[in-house]
Parts: sequence; C-alpha cells; structure tokens
Amino acid sequence: MRFIQNNLFGFLLLWGFLFFGLQATSPTLAAEDNLTTHIGTMAAANFTALSKQIEALAATGDPRVVPILEALAKGRLFFRKSDKKVVFATKVKRRYKLSDPLSGDTLGEVKKSKVKKIRVNNKLRRQIRTVLGGLTLLSPDPKVRLKAAEAIFKSGDATALPALEAAIVQELDTDIRAVLRQARAVAVLKSDRPDEDKKAALTILEARGDRDALSVVTAVARTSTGDLKAIADRTVTTIQETLELWNIVQNIWYGLSLGSVLLLAAIGLAITFGVMGVINMAHGEMVMIGAYTTFVVQDIIRTSAPELFDYSLAIALPLAFLVAGGVGVAIERGVIRFLYGRPLETLLATWGVSLVLQQTVRTIFGPTNREVGAPDFMSGAFEIGHLTITYNRLWIIVFSLMVMVALMMLLKYTALGLQMRAVTQNRKMAGAMGIRTNWIDAATFGLGSGLAGIAGVALSQIDNVSPNLGQSYIIDSFMVVVFGGVGNLWGTLVGALTLGIANKFLEPFAGAVLAKVFVLIFIILFIQKRPRGLFALKGRAIES
Amino acid sequence: MILRLLKNGIDRKSWIFLGVLFAVTFGVSILNLAPTPGSTLHLSSFVVTVLGKYLTYALLALSVDLVWGYCGVLSLGHAAFFTLGGYAMGMHLMREIGPRGVYGHPILPDFMVFLNWQELPWFWLGFDMFWFAALMVILVPGVLAFVFGWFAFRSRVTGVYLSIITQALTFALMLAFFRNDMGFGGNNGLTDFKDILGFNLQSDGTRVGLLIASAVALAIGFLIARAVVTSKFGKVLIAIRDAESRTRFLGYRAENYKLLVWTLSASMAGVAGALYVPQVGIINPSEFSPANSIEVVIYVALGGRGTLVGAALGGVLVNFAKTIFTGAFPEYWLFFLGGLFVVSTLFMPKGIIGVWGHIANKWRAARARNASSTLQANTLKKGD
Repeated sequence: MRFIQNNLFGFLLLWGFLFFGLQATSPTLAAEDNLTTHIGTMAAANFTALSKQIEALAATGDPRVVPILEALAKGRLFFRKSDKKVVFATKVKRRYKLSDPLSGDTLGEVKKSKVKKIRVNNKLRRQIRTVLGGLTLLSPDPKVRLKAAEAIFKSGDATALPALEAAIVQELDTDIRAVLRQARAVAVLKSDRPDEDKKAALTILEARGDRDALSVVTAVARTSTGDLKAIADRTVTTIQETLELWNIVQNIWYGLSLGSVLLLAAIGLAITFGVMGVINMAHGEMVMIGAYTTFVVQDIIRTSAPELFDYSLAIALPLAFLVAGGVGVAIERGVIRFLYGRPLETLLATWGVSLVLQQTVRTIFGPTNREVGAPDFMSGAFEIGHLTITYNRLWIIVFSLMVMVALMMLLKYTALGLQMRAVTQNRKMAGAMGIRTNWIDAATFGLGSGLAGIAGVALSQIDNVSPNLGQSYIIDSFMVVVFGGVGNLWGTLVGALTLGIANKFLEPFAGAVLAKVFVLIFIILFIQKRPRGLFALKGRAIES
Repeated sequence: MILRLLKNGIDRKSWIFLGVLFAVTFGVSILNLAPTPGSTLHLSSFVVTVLGKYLTYALLALSVDLVWGYCGVLSLGHAAFFTLGGYAMGMHLMREIGPRGVYGHPILPDFMVFLNWQELPWFWLGFDMFWFAALMVILVPGVLAFVFGWFAFRSRVTGVYLSIITQALTFALMLAFFRNDMGFGGNNGLTDFKDILGFNLQSDGTRVGLLIASAVALAIGFLIARAVVTSKFGKVLIAIRDAESRTRFLGYRAENYKLLVWTLSASMAGVAGALYVPQVGIINPSEFSPANSIEVVIYVALGGRGTLVGAALGGVLVNFAKTIFTGAFPEYWLFFLGGLFVVSTLFMPKGIIGVWGHIANKWRAARARNASSTLQANTLKKGD
C-alpha cells in the first residue's frame, strides 16, 4: 500500500517536472518574462523574500537558473544601484566588470560604489544547494546527475524530497537511481514523514553501509524514540560491522601492497644473500640505479619521442636489468670474488661500494628528487565495495608476483638455474663436473643485481627517485630475507607479505613509525627463536 | 691483577700508544691555555674540541674492536649504545640549564614546554644529579646490551644474522627517538646546553677539561680492554672467535663469555657517547643511524682488527680525514670513505697496524737474510 502511495505521489510529481522540463526545453515568451521578473525582484529583497524568489526560480526548471543561483551562493551576484538591474560582477583591479545573468552580454565596467552585492545567509546558501541539487538531478549529463545525487545525499535536506522522488521515477541509469534512492532515504529520515517510511529508508542506508550512512543513522538513533530507535540502533551495529569487515579487507590490501614492494626490493637480495651467501650492502643502490635508469629513459622519450611515453616503463625494464646487472657483475669481479668465505668483510666492502655509487649518482644527477612520470595505465583508481584500488599499486603487486614466478622458473627449468643451484650446494663438485664456477658466481650476482634494477623501475612509480632511495630499502630487504629464511624464495615471498600485512594492521593502533619499530623488534625476537628464519634449510651444510 | 696487567698486559706498543696519547693531549691543552690568543704558538679551541671528539670516537672504535676483533661478533649497532650514553648525558645537561631556557621554565626543558607538557616524564627524574646521569651512561647501554645479548647469544644467533639484527636494533631506536612523544626532544634532539658541573661549556678551560677527560677515559678503556684480552678470559674469547663450536665442545659456555664482553663493550661505547655530547653540544636521533655504526667498523678495520691500538688509531685517522674532506671538498668525502672500505678490506685485512708489522717483519727478515747470505757467500767461496 505504501509503495503505491509513494508511487502515485511520484507519478504526479513526475508530471509536474515533465511540465517544467518542457518549459525548459522550449521557453515561451511568458516563461522568459517570468524569469526576468523573478531575477529582477531579487535586487531589493530581504532574506525571506529572497528565499521565495529562489524557490520560484527553481520551479521554472530552467537550466540557465543554475549559474545564477551558483553566483548568488558564492556572493558574485550584484545589482546596479542606478536601475536595480541584477548583474554578474567580476572584480578587476578595484572595479567591477558586469555582465547580464541571462544573456551573458557584457555591460561594461563600473566603480565599486555603483553596485551592491545581493547578500545571502547560511540558511539561504543551504537552500540554494538543495535547489541546485534538484535542478541538476534532471541534467541530461549522467555525470552531473550522479554528482547532484551525491551532493543531496551529503547535505540530506528534507526540502529536496519532491525533486528526488521525481528524479527517481525518471532515472533510467541503475547506478544513479541507487544513489538517488539513498539520497532520498537521507532526506526522508530528516523529514517528518511517518516512521514506516523512515524504517524503509534505514534499510536502504544499511545496504549502502559506508561512513556517511553511518553518521546519518547514528543521528537518527540519537533523536528518535521507540520502535524506530530500536531499528536505527540495530542498523548502526550492522553498518559498523560491515565497516569493520571492510577495514580488515583494506588493511589486507594495503598490507599486500606494502608486502609486494618489500618483495620486489628483497627478491634480488634473496638471490645474492640467500643463494650465494654474499651480504650485498650495495643492493639498495642497485634499486636506485634501476630507478634512475627509468628517469633517464623517460627523459630521453620526453625530449625526442613523446608518443612513446606510455611504453617508457616497458623500455626501462630490460635496460634497468642490464645496467644494474652490469654494475653487479663489475662489483662481483672487482671486489666480491676476492672475499668469498669472509662474509663480514664482504659486508664492509659492499657498504663502501654503496657509498661510492650513491655519491656518483649524486654528482651526476644532483641531490634532489627526480620526477618519474606514470604512464596512463598506471594512473587512476577504481572501487570494489568500500575499497579504493589504485592502478599503480595493483600493477606493482601483479608485477612483483610475475618477477617471482619468472625467477623460480629460471632457477628450476634452465641450465643456468641448474648450474647456480649446483654451485651453491657444492662448489667443488660442481667445478669437477665442468661448471665454470667463476662465471656462475658472476652471473648469479648479476642476476640478483638486475632483479634489484627492475625493482627500481617499479619503485620509481611510488617513491621519490633520489640518491637515498636505496638506503631506505636496504634494512627492510635484509629483514625480509632473514625473516623468511635464507636460501628459500618461498620464504622471501611469505616473509615479505607477512611483514607488509603485519605493518599495516599495527599502523591504526600504533601509528606508522611505531608500527615499524614493533615489526623490527618482532623480527629481532623472532630470529632468537628461529635463527635461520621461517623456512630454514635443514642439514649441517648451513652451519659453515 | 693490576700488577699482572702492568707486567704482562702492557707491551711496547701499548706504552707507545699511552705515551703519544698523553703527550698530544698535554701539548694541545698547554698550547691552548698558556700562550695569549693571536700568538703563533696558540692553538684554537676548535682544535681542542675536535681532538676531544676524535678521542671519543677512538673509545667507541676500541669498544667495537673488543667484540669484533677478539670475539668475532660484528656489531652494526654500536652507535646505538654510543647514542644512548650520549642521551643520558644530554638529559643531565638539559636539567642543568634549569630556568635559563628560552621559556624560562624552572624544571621542564624547552622542548617539553613547547609541546605543552605539564610535568617531567618519570624517566627524566634523577638526571639533575650528575652521579645519577653518570651511572645511567654506563647502565642504560649496558642493560640494553645485556638483554639483547642474553637472547641473541643464547639462541646462537651468530655471524651475519647477528650483524643484521644489531642493525635492526639501532634502526628501531632511531625511528622511536624521532617521535616527539618519546620525550627525548624528537627530531631536534637535545641541545642548547649551558654548563657541566657548574663550568661553562663555552669556556676554554672546560673544553680542555673535557679533552683531558676523554683522553683519560680512552686510556682507562684501553687498559681495561688490554686486561680483558690478555687474561685467560681473553684467550677463551679468541678461541670462540676462531672456532666457536670447538670451544663449546671443550666445555666452555661460549654464550656467557660473549655476553660479558658484549655488555662491557656497550658500556664503554656509552661512556664515549657521554663524553661526545658536551663537546659537540647536541645529540639527536640521527646519531642512531645504521650508517654511523658501520662507519665505526671501518675505523677498526682500517686501524687493524684485534689490535686495540689500531682501532683507536683508525678512529682518530678516519675522523681527521673526515674533517679535512668535508671542509675542503665535501662532495668527495663519500668517495673517499667508500674507497677506504673497499681498499682496507681487500688489501689491508690486518689494517694499518698489520701493514706496519708486515713492513717491519720484511725489514727484519731482509736484514737477517743479508747477514746470512754474506755468511753463505763466504762459506761458498771457501768451499770452492
């Protein structure tokens, strides 16, 4: 029964609006006069009269009313003192440039004293907002309609009810209609409609279930009594539970995102440290070199072939791998090969190399941040439920997993991978079987460094590209590898994702910095319990 | 004990070291105080303070050498103990300011007034007394090291893993101290000190006094370290360094030996930090940064690991180079420091002391060979 009532009411309103709509599309001379009169009388009106005029203007449904009302709300609607003509005025060096509000014709410049602003108060501004929402609800542009519906949902004014109900019936787009219904629900809750209507409205808001809906329903629960209050209270709980759930989903998502960044940064280290046992403190600088390669590629593309910009990352990936890998091989041949079997000395020597690399980059590119742009497919975002997902984060997660899979395939199914594993397990025996262990060492270190380089390409999208870029990742990457278990790629994957998610779940309680401190302390304690990480290699070989 | 130390522990190298240390300290002090400013013999207060700073770094390097050189525990987090000692001293100096701060609050340091704190946090209590602060300088790093070492050594975290978690420790402390809510002045740290034990920190006399205190602390630290490494205890440490499992199988509780020397080393680092702060006039969380800790390790590596004298020498030399470089051509300092890391690990595994010993040996060997070859030549002639 209620449904029919509502529908009937809406039906009548629809006709009313259709009528106004027709007027708007083919303005008759009478309507034109009408508009001019309404605007004209705004000049000397007090607040009450002005409110009536606004209502009348809105009732015309004429799209030209929109800019006038907007100007009024923003205090840009004036009238000339001489003939009480209402005008738009823009300030130009202590004088006002006037134009006609309807036709847009310029009316010359006048001194400040010749015009007077039509003043509005907050109550009127609110009214204008609602009225504007109602007017734009019928706009032919779906984006404008959606925005208007959202605006009314936020302001939630009971006076917008008729307009909303008319718009709901007329709306064909289901998404916009849903928002309209939600906006109507808010308006109903603020109006003096019967409780039955309000209960229905609560159900709609419960379905929406976000923070805005929660605040509206909470307000209802506070002010109402009896049956309605009970339902509102229940709705508040339901929405809170939904939000709680989404909060968890969001934390997991952010955690995965952070975890994938950690994974990218640590994956090369898992090769050099995990497989070869070389403590490469210059690992972070390999990441930095990859990021700077991206910058150089984009810089060249910008100056010589701007149409290739969307492919800049694809071009930078192999280059970064080669550049960082090449530097890695040079470090291995030049420094590290003399230090095998002396891990602590390797640590110091590579730290020295990292300082030199940092300063080299600082000397060439300067100490400040360099800008690396995002191609089209990396920018923007979309929503799933109450979760906003940005494309760059999504791509980085996908990319890190791809790198991981590719690396595992390489180690498992290629000749190089087989030889790498052979050399790590038993260097002498591998040499006896005819594997050139020196070459494999260089190639493995180059691979690890190259992986750090392509991590740099991805990280250039979300971090500042500066000479200090590597420093900020080195400790985190070591933590991931040590936590996950040295010599085990699965450990690195699990370690990175666990640390990422743990960090994001701690953040709401402890704040970003303290969360990180807790994670570090956790790792320190964890190492005590399992000195070889989550997935430790078993056997006696690792003792040495 | 002391007699035995004097008899066995102090070899010729140690006497030279202590002699040079006191000669330089005494000379600099006299040249700063006695001649009138402007005369050619006068040394500026800058030299005094810089030398004092070097000596505190030398003490820090000494403490690292004690654990790394003699026990094989490479700490990449000794700056944490150094800085904690520095903070303990800094807190005392802050309390000494009293009502002379910018805001003129009788008790609260300026940054707390600025943060609208009403009363002193509990961990600031007692720092108005020098003896308490001095005790904390030794206790805080010592207790932290004890707890950390207790867990780490007992579960046999060794080698690289230990290095990485010590780095995590100092990194975590840095992040924590950067927070304003911690109550240690956040980002800016503690500064604007006025005086120590009633002596104005800006005056020449106080600066010379601090220099002498640093030299004495370094000498005492050196003697303690010598006593440790020349004792039976030290022999076990070296055994642990060279073959930990074998030492354990022989019945020694390796973790207890490590824990003791680790805690001692941390306290020494704390004292170094406490002497460092009044001389540079500021302590802030960036001192915790892992890079600083690694830099200390290069002092030891350059000077000569496991020689004590070499570590102290390395601390002074590297910092002297740093002062020269950062003044004259700052952009090359990191090249130099990085190169130093690579060169000293690749070509000088025993550091400057090792190279010196090598040259001396060669020279002696050459002399011996010369002597024997002439002898041989003579015999050959005769045999002909």
